Amino acid sequence: MSKPTLLSPTRAPTTATPTPLVWIRTQLFSTPGNALLTILSVWLLIMAVPALLDWAFLQAKYSAQSGQECREVEGACWAFIAEKHRLILFGTYPYEQQWRPLVSVFLLVALVLMSAWRRLWTIWLFPIWIGGLTAVALLMWGGVFGLTFVENTLWGGLPLTLILATFGVALAFPLGVVLALGRRSELPAIKTICVVYIELIRGVPLISLLFMSSVMLPLFLPEGVTIDKLLRALIAIVLFAAAYVAETVRGGLQAISKGQYEGADSLGLSYWQKTRLIILPQALKIVIAPLVGIFISMFKDTSLVVIIGIFDLTLAAKAALTDPAWQGFSMEVYIFIAAIYFIFCYSMSKYSQALEKRLAVGQQH
Amino acid sequence: MRLSESPLPSRPIPVVIKIWNDPKFRAVFYQVLAVSLVGVGLWYLISNTLHNLSVRNIATGFDFLGREAGFAIGESTIAYSPTDTYRRALSVGLLNTLRVAVIGIVLATLLGTLIGIARLSSNWLVAKIASIYVEVMRNIPLLLQLFFWYALISEALPGPRQAFNPIAGVFLSNRGFKIPSIQGDGLTWLAAGFFFAVVVVLVLANWSKRRQAQTGQIFPVLKSAVLLLITCPLAAWWLSGSALTLDVPVLKGFNFQGGLTLSPEFAALLIGLVIYTAAFVAEVVRSGIESVGKGQWEAAGAIGLRRGLILRFIVLPQALRVIIPPMTSQYLNITKNSSLAVAIGYPDIVSVVNTTLNQTGQAIEGIMIIMGAYLTVSLTISVIMNWYNARMALVER
Repeated sequence: MSKPTLLSPTRAPTTATPTPLVWIRTQLFSTPGNALLTILSVWLLIMAVPALLDWAFLQAKYSAQSGQECREVEGACWAFIAEKHRLILFGTYPYEQQWRPLVSVFLLVALVLMSAWRRLWTIWLFPIWIGGLTAVALLMWGGVFGLTFVENTLWGGLPLTLILATFGVALAFPLGVVLALGRRSELPAIKTICVVYIELIRGVPLISLLFMSSVMLPLFLPEGVTIDKLLRALIAIVLFAAAYVAETVRGGLQAISKGQYEGADSLGLSYWQKTRLIILPQALKIVIAPLVGIFISMFKDTSLVVIIGIFDLTLAAKAALTDPAWQGFSMEVYIFIAAIYFIFCYSMSKYSQALEKRLAVGQQH
Repeated sequence: MRLSESPLPSRPIPVVIKIWNDPKFRAVFYQVLAVSLVGVGLWYLISNTLHNLSVRNIATGFDFLGREAGFAIGESTIAYSPTDTYRRALSVGLLNTLRVAVIGIVLATLLGTLIGIARLSSNWLVAKIASIYVEVMRNIPLLLQLFFWYALISEALPGPRQAFNPIAGVFLSNRGFKIPSIQGDGLTWLAAGFFFAVVVVLVLANWSKRRQAQTGQIFPVLKSAVLLLITCPLAAWWLSGSALTLDVPVLKGFNFQGGLTLSPEFAALLIGLVIYTAAFVAEVVRSGIESVGKGQWEAAGAIGLRRGLILRFIVLPQALRVIIPPMTSQYLNITKNSSLAVAIGYPDIVSVVNTTLNQTGQAIEGIMIIMGAYLTVSLTISVIMNWYNARMALVER
């Protein structure tokens, strides 16, 4: 992008900043219809916003000893969140060990942030991910380096949501790439297997896969072999995400011009050399932004593990609600975790939009 | 005499390709390998499963469908009682899924289109409100939104006696929503009239299209369609002279009588699905309209078309081409996402299968029923939308 060009840099036309009155007239009251819309929207805002602010902040109770104190006020009971935030964020992880999930959350976020940094888009990203995910696993399980062992049935809350999403997409990625290549294959049998798999998975909801992995996986395995509940959920998420990754990567493969394939062939490269050195590096670069989109939707979809009883952020919130001393504050909890989900998803979607714009600039020759 | 002394070799040296370098052999080899790997994997899983099933004494097959279900279902569009068979219970579940999906698709399309257009509005305030809506709804998991709406309806709304009454005849309470309904024999006549009107409109549209292509005359199809769709049902009802009563819910004792009930579960699921999906539909509609260049508007204006005609004949046909494929996947998403019903207790197919599965222990058949049902619905929607897409697609000349 910093290449010198023959064209002079484009400059935005100089316009005088409109005075507020002019701005209001042109933006809000340009036509009678527009004026009507503006008045309607303002009326709606007046009806909704003050009441919401009143409930959320002015009348809210920020600290209280019990739910009874909260019930005496009209507003939201943020004291409940203050009381339960450790349970909601970390689930039933041993209380004095909760720095470990906290560090894991930071590690996972750091991994995602590093992958967002374009200068790190090299082959080194793979060992970094493997190392990072191993560190998270060690930290959460413990049992080494003097950390006490914590069974994964005790994991919960935000780290579990992040683990399911990152491990899920990280493991689904290689499978998805293989499926995408298979779908583009000229060998009919391999192509059929991949097409059937992808279309089958994309045609059914994630819940059915979660159900399948929770009730059918134990039947699939030889007698006596049991498989951990969390791992079962992760398998379902990986199988599900792989089909979507495959379709996205296929889009990238199709966007590579035929000349690239023919050029690679004429150099005498084998199929795997061609794929590894010529096709995939270009195809994957095109699909990074849509892959972020898949990560966002998988991050949201991990909330479905609630249905098979895994203690992620959403189930932790529901668990906090069962305390008899603090009943009836579901709005507050749901808004709290909605805010957490929103912060993660919104920042990722903004990043992917910016990325798309930047990569699109790079492709205009 | 040595053969090699001749200036040219008498015959070309046969090119010996090692068999593992022969592309044809390789293709066959890899395919056989892949198929047998998949086959062995499947055989391993199936044989394990059969062994486990026999050890645990779990029956296989779909015989259980004919047995008595023995559980009640909260709401149903067809008659159902616990003494009915599992087959009947599963049909109730499937119909409940279809009901919420179809209504959800219609409402999400309407709301989403409205918001998508609002995002492009020249009115700053309207565009901002619409984009905040889209950003907030897209980035919060649907399941959480469903929990939120369900809690709002079942906890925050008052009981039936203090029901919230925004419009006459509509009551919102923690027992669900009550809306007026139309009842009586006249309903059949209304439906018949409506169906008749639809047929007439289709014929009319076809005729006017042909006439316009031949003579250039424009027939006001839209206006006459609206007129027909309103007058025909009313005329059919009036001419038949049959009864038609408006059943308005009224509070009697502790609950409402009459009217149509939307259970809290159905209402929460429908509201959640529509509000969540509308955000995605809005983005689809916005990108579709934005994909039509400004030059199209200007050129159409230059040949003297009015704004409404430009939208209908120039912009929409081009925008629809971009809109239909992603819209199809949104429709599929609504259908698949309706399976989240199981989390808030709406008796959809997943929830009914879940109960069945717990009672009979026949997990494999249950999961197969769920997957089969969703695959059938998904494929049907895909086929319909692909047909529509093919009709709308650019005709290359």
